[in-house]
Amino acid sequence: MFFSWANQILQGVLVGGLYAMFAMGLSLSVGIMRFVNIAHGDLIVLVSFLILSLTQAFGLDPILAVLITLPLAFLGGYLLQRYLLQRVIGEGVLPIILVTFGLSIIIQNGLLGTYGADTRKVAGGGIETATLMLGKGINVGVLPLAIFVTAMVMVAGLDLLLYRTRMGARIRAVSDDVSSANLVGLPSAHIYAIAMGIVGVTVAISAGFMSVWTNFDPTSGPSRLITAFEAVVLGGLGSLWGTLIGGIVLGVAQTLGAQFDAAWQVLAGHIVFLIIFMLRPQGLFPRN
Amino acid sequence: MPKAPFNAWLVPAGRLLLLLGLCFLIAGPWVCSIPQLQLLTQFLSLLVIAIMWNLLAGYADIVSVGQHAFVGIGAYAFFGFAVFAGFSPYLALLAGGATALVFAVPVMLIIFRLRAAYLAVGSWVVAETLMLGAGKLTAFGGGSGVSMPVSVVRSLGVQPALRYSHIYWLALAVAAVALATTWLLMRSRIGLGLTAMRDNEEGAGSVGVNLIRSRILCFLWTAPFLGLAGGIITLQKLRVAPPASFSITDWTVYVIFIVVIGGIGSFEGPIIGTVVFFLIRQYLAEIGVWHFIILGMLSIGVIMVEPRGLWGILRRVVPGDLIPVSHRPPARPLAGSDSAPSGTHLKEPHSTPAG
Repeated sequence: MFFSWANQILQGVLVGGLYAMFAMGLSLSVGIMRFVNIAHGDLIVLVSFLILSLTQAFGLDPILAVLITLPLAFLGGYLLQRYLLQRVIGEGVLPIILVTFGLSIIIQNGLLGTYGADTRKVAGGGIETATLMLGKGINVGVLPLAIFVTAMVMVAGLDLLLYRTRMGARIRAVSDDVSSANLVGLPSAHIYAIAMGIVGVTVAISAGFMSVWTNFDPTSGPSRLITAFEAVVLGGLGSLWGTLIGGIVLGVAQTLGAQFDAAWQVLAGHIVFLIIFMLRPQGLFPRN
Repeated sequence: MPKAPFNAWLVPAGRLLLLLGLCFLIAGPWVCSIPQLQLLTQFLSLLVIAIMWNLLAGYADIVSVGQHAFVGIGAYAFFGFAVFAGFSPYLALLAGGATALVFAVPVMLIIFRLRAAYLAVGSWVVAETLMLGAGKLTAFGGGSGVSMPVSVVRSLGVQPALRYSHIYWLALAVAAVALATTWLLMRSRIGLGLTAMRDNEEGAGSVGVNLIRSRILCFLWTAPFLGLAGGIITLQKLRVAPPASFSITDWTVYVIFIVVIGGIGSFEGPIIGTVVFFLIRQYLAEIGVWHFIILGMLSIGVIMVEPRGLWGILRRVVPGDLIPVSHRPPARPLAGSDSAPSGTHLKEPHSTPAG
């Protein structure tokens, strides 16, 4: 009994790794650009479809397909920020919410028109089913484990990038006080765009793992956004390690909810989020 | 008064147009066929939801993407009161609006802890949770929903024609009350504060506008009207189901497009947006999912080029508001008191809040 529960919690923690990965890009844009990109989940799904096309049309290995999308996603993020979002940033909250909301609807329906409403999945070549048996009924899937480890590496890498590199210092400077940063000659529009490019890379990595591990369809974006948002808020706005913990909390809540009744999985995640949020609105690990 | 500008006639002309629209709506049951009447009922419901979203996003700075939750709550509550509690449909409709108001209090306590864009997604989380919760109500058919018993349907009229005209009158009454009272709210001292908040939040706060109280009032104001709209929609569809009653596409996505394209932050904007939406809707339906892309691009374009929407463009030519919510400075200087009662702003003859 104990080991069965321990196994479920472990599975939840591993699911949380994927949620944290969804949330990392959102956490960056919240922390640096100070806006919530409502199209975040749809961008993840968009890249997943791109990976699907690359693997199906050209017969590419999923890993190779993800590697190809990384620079594309960086460029996409850069251009999106530079030529669309940057124009409405700083004019109050309404324009940026409405523009990213419009973008979300455009992406969803563009995908629906192009790919149809079918549920898709990228074939991973056996990695989906590979399992490590740890004895006493505790099994760990190789893919979930790889996702979780990657999520931790990503958090550590982003932490290093933001706090140990010159680019990171510039990004933080622009984020802290954009007018002072402009005054000392930092090209703030360019730096914001680079930050969004980095968000794009996290989107591509999470899309790669998501497309192999779970089913997706053109309308999967909003639920990814909501999960990512919950992880970011639970963890504390702008804290990357907090976001990882937030993702794990959601993952565990969902797997335990599904233990009682499979239909309660998603609802359990939302309810746990709302309860913790009411008790600790600043999140579990507030940055300041 | 300065000399009237050459285009001054546009304001009375616009008001005349609104008045004709109102006359048409009142004459509806006599001049329209049943399908046309159903379309007008949908128009009125969507108009109410658009006015309410505009009040929140355009004035009170509450950019919610979860207002469809209150439409859904109204729908389910109406169904519950009419079918299980045996209320008359009229009473059940009111009870549905009241239920939406009751739910609005805890929802507000949750989402008002978030600011700006966080509030937007937070309201979505709450709406999603409520929709999933509605799917757990076995009495309401769980996730697949349930149809309304024939006996309840018949209590509104045995013949379809009579029934649909009853539903239409209810929709018209709800829309008229929603528009008239919201207009009065906007004209009041509170509305003045809201307009100040829209234009400059910090400035409004510093001259003594109570921002938090205004936000609370607006949020609670919209909930019962959304609930009433949900009840009307249920009367038309004759069934409730979580994805349809809590439809984010119908009651939030379209509504945001309507308000943004029509003109956010003005009283005329949502009316113009809803009219335009219904005029082009049948053409939109023909091009399938691509119409969302066109609407999405159009609204992004509007935000970039003319954030005040179609009404903002028209307003460059039209010299005044058709439905005045702002106050003119007094024509002659007033001695002493600046809080003179309604005498200083005479109501315009054609300012009937019509659709």
